[in-house]
Amino acid sequence: MTEHAASPRRGDNPAAHAPAPQHVVETMTGAQSLIRSLEAVGADTVFGIPGGAILPAYDPLMDSVKVRHILVRHEQGAGHAATGYAQATGRVGVCMATSGPGATNLVTPIADAYMDSVPIVAITGQVASKAIGTDAFQEADICGITMPITKHNYLVTDPAEIPRVIAEAFHIAATGRPGPVLVDIAKDALQATTTFRWPVEQQLPGYRPVTKPHAKQIREAAKMLVSSKRPVLYVGGGVIKAQATAELRILAELTGAPVVTTLMALGAFPDSHPQHLGMPGMHGSVPAVTALQKSDLLFTLGARFDDRVTGKLDSFAPYAKIVHADIDPAEIGKNRPADVPIVGDAREVLADLIVAVQAEFDAGHKGDYSEWWQKLDEWKRTYPLGYEPAPNGQLSPQQVIERIGRLVGPDAIYAAGVGQHQMWSSQYIRFEKPGTWLNSGGAGTMGYAVPAAMGAKAGRPETAVWAIDGDGCFQMTNQELVTCALNDIPIKVAVINNGSLGMVRQWQTLFYNQRYSNTVLHSGPDHDGIEPPAQGTRIPDFVRLSEAMGCVGLRCERPEDLDAVIQQAMEINDRPVVIDFIVHQDAMVWPMVAAGTSNDEIQFAKGVRPDFGDDLD
Amino acid sequence: MSKHTLSVLVENKPGVLARIAALFSRRGFNIDSLAVGSTEHPDVSRMTIVVNVEDLPLEQVTKQLNKLVNVIKIVELDQSAAIQRELVLVKVRADNETRSQIVEIVQLFRAKTVDVSPEAVTIEATGSSDKLEAMLRMLEPYGIKELVQSGLVAIGRGARSITDRSLRALDRSA
Repeated sequence: MTEHAASPRRGDNPAAHAPAPQHVVETMTGAQSLIRSLEAVGADTVFGIPGGAILPAYDPLMDSVKVRHILVRHEQGAGHAATGYAQATGRVGVCMATSGPGATNLVTPIADAYMDSVPIVAITGQVASKAIGTDAFQEADICGITMPITKHNYLVTDPAEIPRVIAEAFHIAATGRPGPVLVDIAKDALQATTTFRWPVEQQLPGYRPVTKPHAKQIREAAKMLVSSKRPVLYVGGGVIKAQATAELRILAELTGAPVVTTLMALGAFPDSHPQHLGMPGMHGSVPAVTALQKSDLLFTLGARFDDRVTGKLDSFAPYAKIVHADIDPAEIGKNRPADVPIVGDAREVLADLIVAVQAEFDAGHKGDYSEWWQKLDEWKRTYPLGYEPAPNGQLSPQQVIERIGRLVGPDAIYAAGVGQHQMWSSQYIRFEKPGTWLNSGGAGTMGYAVPAAMGAKAGRPETAVWAIDGDGCFQMTNQELVTCALNDIPIKVAVINNGSLGMVRQWQTLFYNQRYSNTVLHSGPDHDGIEPPAQGTRIPDFVRLSEAMGCVGLRCERPEDLDAVIQQAMEINDRPVVIDFIVHQDAMVWPMVAAGTSNDEIQFAKGVRPDFGDDLD
Repeated sequence: MSKHTLSVLVENKPGVLARIAALFSRRGFNIDSLAVGSTEHPDVSRMTIVVNVEDLPLEQVTKQLNKLVNVIKIVELDQSAAIQRELVLVKVRADNETRSQIVEIVQLFRAKTVDVSPEAVTIEATGSSDKLEAMLRMLEPYGIKELVQSGLVAIGRGARSITDRSLRALDRSA
């Protein structure tokens, strides 16, 4: 957790922690004022691409010794890189783009960061203030466009406002429920002469995030926990964002209650811990999904009852009372009414809960979960995660991912795209530490992995960073490997290449009578007569593509080569490495709760519903 | 479904109305009426929003509105403890035969005749929605040529002000 030590606590003003110059008043251009402001809030890395409207800002940026600019190949890459940087370091990620199409290319990563509550600041150039509203060249109303996908945004036309707006943007992004903030600056404001003043007085009368939980609610929650028979600690990404994983472990071990961690919370609680039941949700483990269904108390910490977790909402956890702690009051009661609502920062909530639970213990109230654990252990024994080996000596994708996880280890950072490979990564890599798992959970943005891994590696160069990507995802954003190669950002990319849009194909297999409409990508191999018939043309050839982008390209097609290829990749650290893993195309993600059905209908494997022991109620 | 009147204090900045309108439309909440205007404090505007929702969605509306950085404070005004007013301007067909009858209705509702021409009179009326509705029902048979109505504005009864504390906070931050 040393990486986290320097990052601002939520509820604090990050500007106050930055190495800010004391009481500076200097005359300079708006552009210089912008760069000085970024330096003052402690931004050390900016991902971006220049263009007409933002051009003035790039001139003083060239001289900054504190802010490193990484020139990406597409603005989407800049946005996801900022997200990866933020997730890996706990600091605010920064991306920069010009007006119009530059700014609109940031829309996807901004929406992605909004859904996953990632603190990023996007800085965009805007056409000159007199031209705003005239449909000028490269004009887009990016504030209007990003209104519903940012925590807040600003249009700056007065250069004097730049320092205050930058300070506020970083403060808003990092505090409370984190999220993206966009700052759109008119070109003439960047060019004009102005006064840079620091520190600044923030003007946010309507922004007061509550971090300290209500003592009465905490006591009530502790009481419910010790009097429940079948509790589950339902842990979401908020626990990682609040850097509350140490406190979570103390509470879990103090109470002995089982823990489930959502897709956004992998690493918040060690996968190897005996109290960990796995991930809940559509592709969660049978013990985790079933524990929620049979529980009498969901002790919810920084999670939001997302539809991928609850399945059909009316039949979700029907016997459970709900304690719901979240920093965002609007999440409490949004999908499922809470019996005990707690608004607060997860770290403060957990710290107070530990004291309150201990007080209950001291008063002789202690929960007895032994019967519950008998059931849970039985489900864990009977329904472990598993997969069948691929036929015909092919590689199975699960095995590839499992071996990467084992050989690379729990200290590395893993970034996934979206689809089957993402779910297998969540299932078969063992996450032991927070901040080691980056993925696009809420938005489900294909193409997230490579740029997010790039951002993570730029923020934590000493840490090994692996992107686990699909062949579909990889073809959306792989151009950022050029950025990696040229900027000494040696990430590893494992392309889990099944030659198709695998998750969509899985749904076609299950729900569309195996009619594979437009899911074959042909990026896999020619099978030379081996069933299924050749779908591959190896276009593009990922090895040659990677080499063309300045990376080492490797390929692995047989299980017996698997470990050696991973080892080989681990030994290369002077440039990015891409491994094209040619895997069995019919592998499916199990367990699965089909969309829109009840979690009680979870299938352990195709057509196999576990015996739930429906005697608990 | 029931009607709720929300008084929303917001920073007087460009784009705030758009943020609020966008939030309502994105989250699928319907606005019955919306009125925006200045307050006793130059940096603060006040919106009066009437929504027609159940209690649970109302809580969501309020919480989501509160998350907007430019929203300073939200108060739900209880119908019985607040004065609620709308303004209507209505042009009614009137000739020599009907004019006096119309003027009588206007007086009955303590409205005002603000413009007269040979074929029409224009009436200005303020009041609660019920009162205005009743008046319009009476005027309808004469022929309504044109009608324009404001959103509802409301203020709590008694000496207390919803702006006191929030505006002090604003003064501190300014």
